Amino acid sequence: MTALTVGFDLLLSAALLWLAWQALFLPLRFAAVVHFMAFNLLMALVWVRLEAPDVALAEAAIGAGVTGALLLTALGRLPGGGSRRAHPRRWHRYWRYLAIFSAFVSAVWLAWSVQHLPRPGLTTEIMAALDTTGVSHAVTAVLLNIRAIDTLLEVAVMLGAVMLVWSLGPALRPFAPATALPGLPALSRLLHPLFLLVPTYLLWRGAHAPGGAFPAGAVLGAGGILLLLADGVSWMQQPRYNLLLRLLLIAGLALFVVVGLGGLLLTGTFLAIPQAQAKAVILAVEVATALSIALMLMALYLYGEPGR
Amino acid sequence: MTEWLSVASHVLVVAGIFFFLAGSLGLVRFTDVYGRLHALTKADNLGLGLLCTGLALQASGLAEAAKIMLVWVLVLVASGIGATLVASTAAACGIRPWLKRASAEREAAKRPAE
Repeated sequence: MTALTVGFDLLLSAALLWLAWQALFLPLRFAAVVHFMAFNLLMALVWVRLEAPDVALAEAAIGAGVTGALLLTALGRLPGGGSRRAHPRRWHRYWRYLAIFSAFVSAVWLAWSVQHLPRPGLTTEIMAALDTTGVSHAVTAVLLNIRAIDTLLEVAVMLGAVMLVWSLGPALRPFAPATALPGLPALSRLLHPLFLLVPTYLLWRGAHAPGGAFPAGAVLGAGGILLLLADGVSWMQQPRYNLLLRLLLIAGLALFVVVGLGGLLLTGTFLAIPQAQAKAVILAVEVATALSIALMLMALYLYGEPGR
Repeated sequence: MTEWLSVASHVLVVAGIFFFLAGSLGLVRFTDVYGRLHALTKADNLGLGLLCTGLALQASGLAEAAKIMLVWVLVLVASGIGATLVASTAAACGIRPWLKRASAEREAAKRPAE
């Protein structure tokens, strides 16, 4: 059995390397995007093999699903999107050497730090502290209590990405489909109850099992993107809902910062959550973060600032 | 009982893998977008159904089995509507279905006139 698993892992790594190479160097843009999506799907499988189902869930939803669809729709908007000219201007030779050199240095640095990781990890410390965090699942405890500052910064980075996309220009209307078939609107309407049910389930589950804000936000965002592509959420584009949209976008980050400042006032440490309120506070932060993540993913699909 | 369930589960999973292989072969070998869609959706839906049924037989409880079967139902809905959309978009963009008659005529045109 071990030989079989080792063989499967080797096959997986080889396929990952091949797909990464294809995604980077295929001259046909569409094929490169499809290889990138397949790369992310296999990456999710790798996380499952590493026994990290939380990361696998987020990777499959955000990496393969949302990012792949984002790249595909962006490809559709490029002039001559499906053409072969993927490298309109070849990189200057020195830049290429610099890129190869920095990739090599970071690979060596990564290998060095993997060698010097604490063994056998921090599992015992986290399990010892788990009772004081308010949740019973170690990953959620780390993400939202022990290392909440990392999650806060991740949400801030996503908000930065949305601001960057919005700074490019006014929002674009989605393309009208080539056929008048009601399939796409019907699909999004049919699946919408599930797109609300599944994130709620994932959020609630996050306290004691794999799940939590990021997978929930990703699934909710995917449902929203389906609606956006079917032109079903026109309120995001209307000026009078602009303020509401912006408030919802920063809700997760704002609540996080409020919790952090509250911890500073009550206990003297930024983001320290008193044990008695931990469960309720974590749930509130998770709900707000999931909503914000879903809306941020949808906001990226507007390709610009709405209502400008 | 459990042994029979295990045997049935393995048979179903192997049958599902066979359908996936056939679908992939069709995707690579068929001539146009409609034929490829036919191979992909038909074989994948049935293959995934067999695979999910096989895995559901090994599930620890009814709730887990129901979740696995829900995956299949969702893929059925999504791939059915997706395939219709792809095919109708291809038709609207003017891609004609490949016909054996048309290719036979082309073959006949290639042959020297008698």
